Amino acid sequence: MLEIKNLHVKLEEEDKVILRGVDLSIGAGEVHAIMGPNGSGKSTLSYVLAGREGYAVTDGSATLDGADMLAMEPENRAAAGLFLAFQYPVEIPGVGNMTFLRTAVNAQRKTRGEPELSAGDFLKIVREKAKTLKIDADMLKRPVNVGFSGGEKKRNEILQMAMLEPRMCILDETDSGLDVDAMKLVSEGVNALRSEGRSFLVITHYQRLLDHIKPDVVHIMAAGRIIKTGGPELALEVENNGYADLLAEAQ
Amino acid sequence: MAQPQAKTDALAARVAGLAVAGSGWLGAARRDAAVRLSAMGLPSRRDEYWRYTDPVSLTQTVVLPAALFETADEAPAFDGIDRLRLVFVDGVFDPAQSDDPTLAGVEITALRAAGTTDIHWARDLYGVLEARGQTPVQRPLATLNTAHATEGLLIRATGRAAKPVDLIYLRKSETSDAMVHHCIKVEAGAELTVLENGPGAARFTKVMEVDVAEGGRFHHVRVQGRDAERRAATHLFARVGANALFKSFTLTANGRLTRNDAVIELAGHDGVAHVAGAAMGDGDFHHDDTVFMTHAAERCESRQVFKKVLKNGAVGVFQGKILVKPGAQKTDGYQISQSLLLDGASQFLAKPELEIYADDVKCSHGSTSGAIDEVALFYLQSRGVPRRVAQSLLVLAFLAEAIAEIDDEAIAEDIRSRLEGWLARHEG
Repeated sequence: MLEIKNLHVKLEEEDKVILRGVDLSIGAGEVHAIMGPNGSGKSTLSYVLAGREGYAVTDGSATLDGADMLAMEPENRAAAGLFLAFQYPVEIPGVGNMTFLRTAVNAQRKTRGEPELSAGDFLKIVREKAKTLKIDADMLKRPVNVGFSGGEKKRNEILQMAMLEPRMCILDETDSGLDVDAMKLVSEGVNALRSEGRSFLVITHYQRLLDHIKPDVVHIMAAGRIIKTGGPELALEVENNGYADLLAEAQ
Repeated sequence: MAQPQAKTDALAARVAGLAVAGSGWLGAARRDAAVRLSAMGLPSRRDEYWRYTDPVSLTQTVVLPAALFETADEAPAFDGIDRLRLVFVDGVFDPAQSDDPTLAGVEITALRAAGTTDIHWARDLYGVLEARGQTPVQRPLATLNTAHATEGLLIRATGRAAKPVDLIYLRKSETSDAMVHHCIKVEAGAELTVLENGPGAARFTKVMEVDVAEGGRFHHVRVQGRDAERRAATHLFARVGANALFKSFTLTANGRLTRNDAVIELAGHDGVAHVAGAAMGDGDFHHDDTVFMTHAAERCESRQVFKKVLKNGAVGVFQGKILVKPGAQKTDGYQISQSLLLDGASQFLAKPELEIYADDVKCSHGSTSGAIDEVALFYLQSRGVPRRVAQSLLVLAFLAEAIAEIDDEAIAEDIRSRLEGWLARHEG
């Protein structure tokens, strides 16, 4: 589904190279996790895939089902099925959460040439999905993420994911700032979306998220490269021993 | 105070050929205004409240031509709202194009027909609030209007008006120079909504005096014409009585030069006055909101909410004052002026002022200027919202606090759809 080949990325405004040849292949229905020390390039990888400004791709490619992601505007990547759950969801004063969700859902449908959802149908679907994530009517009415707690913001990200039904979901440190109960709730939301046609890339510092969202493949990223790939046991190894041994091994 | 000869000459040139005073109470009011005006002279860039806006095109004899606006498929403002339509063409009231001005709870008389009849309430209002509003800041263009306007309406609400009264200012001439003067009296316990829309004239000088008596409620929503080259100087003078409500909202999209003065006095206890504006300018656009809010009684609430969206070198000005007089205890005053600069060429000039002579008051003011939030823009795009739609959403979000000052939801929705239309036409 997602094919990343030899991806090199630097900051647009400075000579700072962040990704130095990332190779990653995620098949349909698979869950991959990326772990790695701070500054290894994990979040940059997610931003570059989603199309955030400020980065320059100097080499390599990234495709979603063969479509060149890097050539598209962010909104077209989203319509093509890519979704990034932000580490720090953005507050948008003055834009109601419900308006935001409906605008996003219908914009994607329009881009794909599908009919827009009616107000009634939309409301029905959003209420149902919000309920399973314990998002109440008040949170749907309030401006996007404004005054939301850390846990509410992350649940709101998962609600957006559930509404948009992407094929390729990237979760950037979705566990950061969550207590144990909130992590469980968010993970259940993610697991409910797992299916044969939907893949996940879970970026995290900690193994404990992977107790809830069980990965098929775990990658270790350091200094802008994937230095080791293995099964779920690799995450346990990091949890027990830290990154030092893996980094030394890679040298 | 003696005027410099040049200023006297400029005034003489400006008023030459304008209508003379006439007889009756109206004639007396005009003569009084002419005397006041000759003591003041016309405004110039040297005046404190004209430092950011050059008044020369408003004061000179020659009217700069303004091309007529092609409306294309744009519907006129308030199209879907049930209202009484009163039409002016280049500043001249046109009964033939207007609805029958009969409305339960409301009396409407054309100013043109008023001079010969003694309409007591209008006699006590015409030029009276305007004259009161000359202290401490002079507004000579309003006095010029009082002295020479022959067109306008006298509107008196004695009960709850069945529907809004819409003053529609059509323009057919590229060089029209119009002066319109309205007086509005909302009697005790009465309620009235006045809408205004249209460009008025190539150069439009307007005064609206509004007196809201005890417990009265007055709503004003105005959409200033979209003609890119028109010029306008408008003045709203209001006196708000005890337990009365005054709310005014203005949408300005386009216009070469707009100066909107609002001079409001909270004269009775527990009154409420809100004045708000949303302005959108692209290119050759200069928009100035000058507000003077006086708290002269106890426990009154005032709000000033002004938002401007500026691009391609557009200029926005805000001069807003809250004056709390001695004894106006428990005053609650609020003022915010903000601009969203969509590029580096546009500018916003703001002068917020507070002057407080009472010790138990709550007054706050703020003024900001900023660009569109790129992080929010990316967030919306990452959810599949195209960049231009995302930008419109953020602009509307920026303006939301001003639009929230409109109480009637159908009218607010009409304003929102006009803003969306403007944004769609001014992309890129």
